[in-house]
Amino acid sequence: MYQIEKARLGELFARIAASGELILPVENNGTSQYGTWTPEVEVRLDRLNTVRSAKDCFFPQTENLMGFQMKGKEISIIDQRKPCEPFTVFGVRACDAASFGILDRVFLSEPVDTYYQSRRLAGTIVTLACGEPEETCFCSVFGIDAVKPGGDVSCWLTEDTLFWKSLTEKGDALTEKVKDLLTDGDEAALKAYQEKISAIHEKLPLKNLSLEGFNGDATEALFDRPEWAELSEACIGCGTCTFVCPTCQCYDIRDFDTGHGIQRFRCWDSCMYSDFTKMAGGNPRLTQKERFRQRFMHKLVYYPANNDGIYSCVGCGRCVAKCPISMNIVKVIKTLGVKNHE
Amino acid sequence: MQRVIEIIKEKAGKLLADGTVDRVIGWKDGEFFYDPTPAVFSAGELENLRYDSFCGANVSKYLIAETKKEGKILALLKPCDTYSFNELVKEHRVDRDKVYVLGIECRGKADINKIRDLGIKGIESIEELPGDELLVHTIYGDKTCKLNDVLLEKCLCCKSKTHVASDDLALTGEPMPEAPKDRFAMVAKLEMMTPDERFEFWRGELSRCIRCNACRNVCPACSCLKCVFDNDASGVASKANADTFEENMFHIIRAFHVAGRCTDCGECSRVCPQHIPLHLLNRKFIKDINEFYGEYQAGADTTSRGPLTDYTPDDVEPSIVMKRGGDQ
Amino acid sequence: MSNLPNETLIPHIGVVTDVRIDTPDVKTFRVVAPEGGVCFKHIPGQCAMLSIPGVGEAMFSITSSPTNTDFMEFSIKKCGCLTSWLHMMEPGQQITIRGPYGNGFPVESDFKGKDLLFIAGGIGLAPLRSVINYVRHYRSNYGKVDIVYGSRSKDDLVDYNEILNEWCNEEGVNVYLTIDREQEGWDGHVGFVPNYVKELGFDTNKTAIICGPPIMIKFTLAGLQELGFDKTQVFTTMELKMKCGVGKCGRCNIGSKYVCKDGPVFRCDQLDELPNEY
Repeated sequence: MYQIEKARLGELFARIAASGELILPVENNGTSQYGTWTPEVEVRLDRLNTVRSAKDCFFPQTENLMGFQMKGKEISIIDQRKPCEPFTVFGVRACDAASFGILDRVFLSEPVDTYYQSRRLAGTIVTLACGEPEETCFCSVFGIDAVKPGGDVSCWLTEDTLFWKSLTEKGDALTEKVKDLLTDGDEAALKAYQEKISAIHEKLPLKNLSLEGFNGDATEALFDRPEWAELSEACIGCGTCTFVCPTCQCYDIRDFDTGHGIQRFRCWDSCMYSDFTKMAGGNPRLTQKERFRQRFMHKLVYYPANNDGIYSCVGCGRCVAKCPISMNIVKVIKTLGVKNHE
Repeated sequence: MQRVIEIIKEKAGKLLADGTVDRVIGWKDGEFFYDPTPAVFSAGELENLRYDSFCGANVSKYLIAETKKEGKILALLKPCDTYSFNELVKEHRVDRDKVYVLGIECRGKADINKIRDLGIKGIESIEELPGDELLVHTIYGDKTCKLNDVLLEKCLCCKSKTHVASDDLALTGEPMPEAPKDRFAMVAKLEMMTPDERFEFWRGELSRCIRCNACRNVCPACSCLKCVFDNDASGVASKANADTFEENMFHIIRAFHVAGRCTDCGECSRVCPQHIPLHLLNRKFIKDINEFYGEYQAGADTTSRGPLTDYTPDDVEPSIVMKRGGDQ
Repeated sequence: MSNLPNETLIPHIGVVTDVRIDTPDVKTFRVVAPEGGVCFKHIPGQCAMLSIPGVGEAMFSITSSPTNTDFMEFSIKKCGCLTSWLHMMEPGQQITIRGPYGNGFPVESDFKGKDLLFIAGGIGLAPLRSVINYVRHYRSNYGKVDIVYGSRSKDDLVDYNEILNEWCNEEGVNVYLTIDREQEGWDGHVGFVPNYVKELGFDTNKTAIICGPPIMIKFTLAGLQELGFDKTQVFTTMELKMKCGVGKCGRCNIGSKYVCKDGPVFRCDQLDELPNEY
């Protein structure tokens, strides 16, 4: 375990950036967004969450898949994949760090998604413990410890010091590059900080949210519950919850005529959109109720059914904070769950 | 003095009981007080109805779907919401006969983001104190702030405290504070910029767009059954920010499409998860319309012709665009 | 580029060598790899993603039997944007193809040694044709074969020539055709498929395979149950909107099952366990 003065973080970032892109939360007109570090950007480690999650680093909103050249009746396919250069993501919160494991189960299962895989292999994740959690946080409900946030390297930022602890080989390699900037960490000081923030996490209003009643076998019990109608009543069918969500991974594949050929790209899609399942012959999810139900059933039932009981939610609270009509997974869990009736 | 919510519940209760209306659309509780959700209530459910400084959502657009259902609905509309309502009636999107409008008092609505911007974190609940003060209970201790310091953008430039559509009113009689801010100040500032500076400003703001469509889906003027951007056959369907300029086009085309019909209800900016000041695009159109055609407020009534769908011999010529577009 | 791992989203080139007009709105396309032969191996009931770049990509069941290694066939009904473009293709046109996707029919397990009852409506014959011809190829591995096939009219029967000239003449294969309404020049059965199945009254020792419009599947299944069939004896194949074909893009699920990966073939009792959202 190592440490560095908070005042010297600029040096640390410069050093990391010298060996590959450094992505971290930066100021953008009153919001925090993951962006590339340069000496000019204003790094925002004080805000809890970025608007968009860190999934963008591995599963960007839009990416080119391949190109096509059409000549008469002939088609040629252009493989546009390029090796991904090593990069580091700094300041990832425990929830977002946990989301990568959830995305991995989708994209790295056979057949492997090589676009995602190449970024995943190239990226080193430096997490940051949450010193000032928000009321919207409920990661502990999913067994995530925001005091010990995981990743390749875990960091803790106190008023004057950044503590640095490598957890993996990738973390060791990164540590090696910055080691001369670091000094041996004060274990006692770190422990004291961890205890202090643990006590804050204990006060979070959603920490006792119970997931009882939600599991891979709960389809029959939950699918036809009448409460879906009321829960989805005000949903405006936008994609905000899905796009700010670190675990939502649905995508669309589309073609774009560039004028010089056809570019096939993929982009995030949302099960909340009316055309998500629309076919020429009909649509199995005709109203917003079915689309809304799909999203939460996927997170709390379908995904666990296919992934050893793991939920596809990390309790980051983005949907809680961002939904235009303030309807979110917490309300769904409280309404349909077994143990949440006060 | 009776609180406004009590007046609302009393009136709504009576109208439900005597069969004048079958349902009520308003707001119900969220998790943390600051996050109510629009909701429809039947008789016997009114205890869950709430109305306070955080009910900023404009429920008028829900009436498109609600008036397609059987029976009559009581809509709780703030003064600004009644403009959206009138516009929807004018465009035949809402069946006026199936709505009973209860115009409700509004002292301005709070923006939770502005409360957070004051550095207030971990908000568990909020209490409204006399004198428009908010007592914020947080996991880091209690804080207070003034409603006036955390108003939604739309409330900073409140267009009116008068309901332009109503079948009845729910008012306490306490005067509603006027909003002095000039709503075109920022637009004027943008107009003063060079085209390059302005382009830079908008590229910066719109670069954050995640194309979630919240602005469009919440907008009462965006009431097309099938949006051109959702229609594969249109050739412009897009759900990706395939290149950033596409995003700009989406917002600009949307602003054009609602021009002359946008009441400046401010919902687009309120719901944007990326805090893009989308209302500025609409206000630019409103300002231009005011300058070219005389003062016009969309939704002020249900019968007048909008300046962009009308013709008078004094209308500006298209060449005005060239004249005002800079020195190209 | 050659050292990059295999990526299923990147398609192969397929060459359309023959276009057969089956019905007023169904054409059957013969597709081969540029070097000849099939683009990849498959099992009956599996699907492939076909695309015209710039127009779109969609999932289609492979109509030909895997025993045919010279080419693949796809019977495609014109019903949307991509299918309209496909219908405009001429021989020599290249398309892109990737797959195979889906589980396919259990031709080497559940079906083996069994009497098979195929029931198809309209374009629903497309995925069954692959199994039927596979079973005919390995005739001795299977019992008696009954085929009930119906469509709106005589002109809407897909693969009519193959049915008349090959299936009808094969020993141990009984073909029962029906059309919805009386038609000049048709002296066969008239009536809907579900009713015809009940009229024919099959032995319940058979394994049934149904494909057709959802409403036809629903009533046929009910008819079979009336005859005494158990849902475990009945298989069907599903179709939902798909983009990736490998259970990742997230849209073709029925409950926790992805039609592209866990289907498209489902046994009817398994389908019963899924929520009614298809």
